[in-house]
Amino acid sequence: MSLLMTTSQTVGPFSRIGLQWLYRDRLFADGTRGVARRVSGRILDGEGRGVDGATIELWQANPQGRYPSPLSSPCANSKLEGFGRIEASADGAFGFHTLKPGALGADQAPHMLVAVFARGLLRHLVTRMYFPDEGANDGDHVLGSLETGRRETLIARCGDDSPDHLLWDIVLQGPAETVFFDC
Amino acid sequence: MSKTAGFRRPMVGTQPDYLSPGYGSSRLRSPTRPLVLLLHRESETTGPLFGADLLGPSDSDLTGQHAGEPLGARILVSGRVLDENARPVVGALVELWQANSAGRYAHAGDSHEAPLDPNFTGCGRVLTDERGGYRFTTIRPGEYPWRNHYNAWRPAHIHFSVFGPAFATRLVTQMYFPGDPLLPWDPIFNCVPDEKARARLVAQFDWECTLPGRAMGYRFDIVLRGREATPLQPAAGGRS
Ligand SMILES: [Fe+3]
Repeated sequence: MSLLMTTSQTVGPFSRIGLQWLYRDRLFADGTRGVARRVSGRILDGEGRGVDGATIELWQANPQGRYPSPLSSPCANSKLEGFGRIEASADGAFGFHTLKPGALGADQAPHMLVAVFARGLLRHLVTRMYFPDEGANDGDHVLGSLETGRRETLIARCGDDSPDHLLWDIVLQGPAETVFFDC
Repeated sequence: MSKTAGFRRPMVGTQPDYLSPGYGSSRLRSPTRPLVLLLHRESETTGPLFGADLLGPSDSDLTGQHAGEPLGARILVSGRVLDENARPVVGALVELWQANSAGRYAHAGDSHEAPLDPNFTGCGRVLTDERGGYRFTTIRPGEYPWRNHYNAWRPAHIHFSVFGPAFATRLVTQMYFPGDPLLPWDPIFNCVPDEKARARLVAQFDWECTLPGRAMGYRFDIVLRGREATPLQPAAGGRS
């Protein structure tokens, strides 16, 4: 038997009500060993204005390059490491703390999956964030499939203040538009 | 490395385009470049695991989260979370949020001049059971005006967010009520041309789940993407 997928609808402007209980801007428990990174950026619309009230979800492998394997569910104990959910402020600014994912295999550079939910988005947008100064980026099968100029929208920049600080903007529309995926 | 099956792309017509001119907020927020096809690897086929430890006793009863009873018509909303292969999605996190009976959200940004209800926050969450089933007790939400176009009113709706087995199955949608006269006028509900796809966003009155003298029941099933056929592998003994 086959069913058809439910039609996606926007989260609207008030998603904070329903999603806020699970906001977490630290993807790993304090004390977890790994390369710590603080990421900050803004979500911008087609006129360069900050997108207000957006929720961003993040998903990545742990510093050993592993994802949790689904157990028999429903499970008693949650496993949320590597998962983040954050809210952008009124001017579109967001930030989170994470550990760089470990090696994922020959043709995959360390990356995180990013989903954007906001008023105006009838379906959420899916993109990826990659890390700067990462040799494996050259061999990544996703980055390699993108044209120069667009590929760079997925790679965070180093902040000026500290090597731990990365900058990465999400541009929904326009010349600097971020690459979004049919995921 | 484990070879996990990816998920099927949604059928044409079931999902909205990003640019939907009737919905004003989509104009400056929709990408103009075509989406890049992403083959599913572990990043897409895995996801966080949500457990019972996250949930509190009144999380699925939006009428029982405060000292008093909220105003409005109490309703039960139940259904199943299934995938496109009609298999139950067990342990899915279902989150819900909505306006109160007067059409006002308990959100600082909601400027609609309708009363807040001190006994209603309008949010809840639950994990699906072994049959993929879920159930909420809540209040029928009110319609509310918005600024999308002249004299625009949103039909009564409940926002649903579902976390299935993988990041690739993530879904956020809205549930509507049967017979709502605002449905033909709403650009969000009408974002897909397929009438049947829209009809699936409308809950059905559910007499069997209606509590006599207490609460009308509505049924709303949610379908997540189905897995592609598993890559061929040696039979592990027995039929499956
Ligand atoms: Fe709404």
